[in-house]
Amino acid sequence: MTQENIGEQDRQRLGIVVFGSLNKGVEVRLDGSASVEDMAVGRYVTIEGQKRRFFGMVTDVSLGVTDHKLTLTPPDVSDTFISEVLAGTSIYGTLHILPMLTIGGDVASLLEGPQPVKTVPSHFSSVYLASQQDIELVFGGEDENKFYIGTPLDMETKICLNLEELVKRSNGIFGKSGTGKTFLTRLLLIGILQKGKAVNLVFDMHSEYGWQGSSEEGRMVKALKQLFPSKVAVFTLDEESSRRRKVSTDFVVTIGYDEIEPEDMVLLRQTLNLTEPATEAIYQLSRRLGKNWLQRTLDQQGSDDISELLKELSIHESTYQNLKRGLSTVRRLPFLVAHAPDSPVRRILEYLDRGITVVLEFGRYTDITAYILVANLLTRRIHAQYRERTERAMAEGSAKPQPLVITIEEAHKFLNPQVSSQTIFGTIAREMRKYNVTLLIIDQRPSGIDDEVMSQIGTKITCLLDNERDIDSVLAGVSGKSELKSVLSKLESRQQALIFGHAVPMPVVLRTREYGSAESYKGLISAEEPSRGKQAERDIEELWE
Amino acid sequence: MNAKEVQRVGEVIEASTTDFIAQCYELYQLPPLGSLVKTKDLPLELYGIVYNATTTSLEPGRRPIARGKDEASEEEIYRSSPQLLKLLKSEFSALVVGHKSSDKIYHYLPPRPARIHSFVYQCPPEEVKEFSQSFDFLNILINTKLTVSSDELIAACLRHMSQVYEDRHTFLVAAGKQLAILLGDEFNQLKAILERIKE
Repeated sequence: MTQENIGEQDRQRLGIVVFGSLNKGVEVRLDGSASVEDMAVGRYVTIEGQKRRFFGMVTDVSLGVTDHKLTLTPPDVSDTFISEVLAGTSIYGTLHILPMLTIGGDVASLLEGPQPVKTVPSHFSSVYLASQQDIELVFGGEDENKFYIGTPLDMETKICLNLEELVKRSNGIFGKSGTGKTFLTRLLLIGILQKGKAVNLVFDMHSEYGWQGSSEEGRMVKALKQLFPSKVAVFTLDEESSRRRKVSTDFVVTIGYDEIEPEDMVLLRQTLNLTEPATEAIYQLSRRLGKNWLQRTLDQQGSDDISELLKELSIHESTYQNLKRGLSTVRRLPFLVAHAPDSPVRRILEYLDRGITVVLEFGRYTDITAYILVANLLTRRIHAQYRERTERAMAEGSAKPQPLVITIEEAHKFLNPQVSSQTIFGTIAREMRKYNVTLLIIDQRPSGIDDEVMSQIGTKITCLLDNERDIDSVLAGVSGKSELKSVLSKLESRQQALIFGHAVPMPVVLRTREYGSAESYKGLISAEEPSRGKQAERDIEELWE
Repeated sequence: MNAKEVQRVGEVIEASTTDFIAQCYELYQLPPLGSLVKTKDLPLELYGIVYNATTTSLEPGRRPIARGKDEASEEEIYRSSPQLLKLLKSEFSALVVGHKSSDKIYHYLPPRPARIHSFVYQCPPEEVKEFSQSFDFLNILINTKLTVSSDELIAACLRHMSQVYEDRHTFLVAAGKQLAILLGDEFNQLKAILERIKE
């Protein structure tokens, strides 16, 4: 028996293509032997056309009858004979399939690999459930660029993400609360670490990526630092909380008032309830009072001084009060000090330069004000540095800095239409890879994110979403949107995600890889072993220099 | 050919393109309704499905009269009037559903009707099996207007054919599926037939 024949036998024939269009997808009539109840939206099928093969995804399953009378006087299906005769003849199931990729029959096309679909299979082409080989052909096996992230539904094949492509653009992970965003993000970060395709800066609001996180069942699971001790540094804003959680931190971040620039405050306008004139006043005050404007504004004593200053800058008294209330909130943040002993930006860059991923834990300061302030402040400085270096590298023709991925949670607070044009995150999302800095956005309300930013996101990974607006915003601009919509809203609430975009050849629904058992850790670290050896060699060489 | 296997049941006495009528050699030795019979018109062999049978007086004008008033049993009637067996005749009609030429079976009408006085045989099980490899003949049964309802005939025919198969169920399901396709928009008729062939 030839290889081909074995393949033929493995595959399960589902039915034949009866009609359809490229835009709306094709309709497949199921054979009598294939039960509609075994089908599931999101599953993969291959269609054997006359000249080429097509890969597609099941987006709908429906029932049909040849004679309308059947619906009016239903036959007795408890009789096995009658139901056996009718199945596939008078009563039948249909699948709606969205063809996505195609591969030609000739040698050149085989070498080229799957291409986006531009036509539909001819009438009555046979449809099969995609086999392991088919999935591997499309998604490729695990290699130095591809990271195994999960398996398709009802299959054991690995689905791999091309991380090199992934980090070239900004990416988003979306999903309702409790659907596994954090797990997915952790997996993705591990993948990026494992393959060494980029360094990460994670703004870890709930302190779950650095040392350890908890699973839905409350079990503790290892996070980045435990798996890759030499490649991850944990920074903290809240030393006490870290110590209580027995996390060994590499650096305690404190930020001096003198480091806060007016641009850092602008983003906080909504959270601090600042009025438009108050934000304007910030710029004026900083111009007038210099680097230490925040402290000096708040320290102004005596009404004479203030009114003189306000008069000079033509700031209204109520505006000043509004501003002062806001600034006081900021000043109450415990990690802000008059003057920081060490610059956190410098330290973060130091680590990033050495290829070490930095996770910044927020400890008890899960307040959104703190998160926005710190994330924006640090990112702006780091982005500026990266920009400078990239420009220098381009001028000198030397190597560009290592790609940097910045992970932010609650992204709609940074990227909503009101502020996205002003924040650094909006800029990064739009500028994309020019400066080798991209974002990994984690959010539960994608509809809150500016459309312009959403449209620039390369790969979207989305867990279950059930709000109509959220689904629309995630799927905006994707071909086969309405079909994917039905897939997306039918995802299970845990461990399932739909991935589409730049890093995968076609949209795919997957069950995320297992995470949390000793076995799974081994699998995640194993690929790292050789590079760890290399690192040791490099360290030894450095010693002798 | 083994005489026991190929049972001669009668002789053609009337023939047309679509059917033929045969008279039995023995009174009441009729092939069952729906059974497959054949007649030869060499080099062709014609296949027919029995759709009707009659037993009447030999002379059209003379009707039998009731004779059993003083007899103890029905058998006694024939015993006391042995001429009866010679004055009555049994006939059956068969619908032509295919033919065999050069050892190949075709499930459509032969070019010519059967010849008068051709012998009619009951098909042996192997031949029934061979003939029923294709269900194309069902189309003829459905589309011909007969004195007997086509539902009854189809059901009888399939029941009869299924007996030669070890796995009757599979045969009947396959036949049922073919009928479901042919009767795509006639669910009630399909249902009637299925009810008659289910085991």
